[in-house]
Amino acid sequence: MILAKIVGTVVATRKDPRLVSTKLLIARAMDPHGKVDGNYLVAVDTVEAGIGETVLIVSGSSARMASGLKDCPVDAAIVGIVDAIELNE
Amino acid sequence: MQLARVVGDIVTTHKDPGYAGVSLLIIQPITSAGKPVGRALIAADAVGAGVGETVFFVRGKEAGFPFAPVEVPADAGIVGIVDVVDGGV
Repeated sequence: MILAKIVGTVVATRKDPRLVSTKLLIARAMDPHGKVDGNYLVAVDTVEAGIGETVLIVSGSSARMASGLKDCPVDAAIVGIVDAIELNE
Repeated sequence: MQLARVVGDIVTTHKDPGYAGVSLLIIQPITSAGKPVGRALIAADAVGAGVGETVFFVRGKEAGFPFAPVEVPADAGIVGIVDVVDGGV
């Protein structure tokens, strides 16, 4: 999983029927120090995240294991809102 | 599988129900000589690893298999704690 910051939303009227009523957000990968410098990606939100929040994103086929996404054509899902990061390097 | 060092942990209150009771750790992939390589990522911990330990982890859907029958939506999971690496270059 990766840490990411929510930076925007996506609106799509024409899409796969299995994506109807899903919430699509734009997230940008973040390192554990809080530096936002990674790729932008579109992820399906399953935890009611909002812009500016730090979230946990699961990618690949594991994204379909998130709640409510069974058999949906997704490869990135937001599965947690991060409260705190503890780093001891 | 890949070698990594556990460098921290994250706290999430609002998360996918599949993550209940699963600890999420920040890991930094390393070479056999212990040199960091690539980006740090978040992994589900199936073996009770702690910060500072060297571990090995799997990527992909298999990361959730140790928690069966619960479906944990993880794409990276710690599956072993390394005692000794022999032949590190």
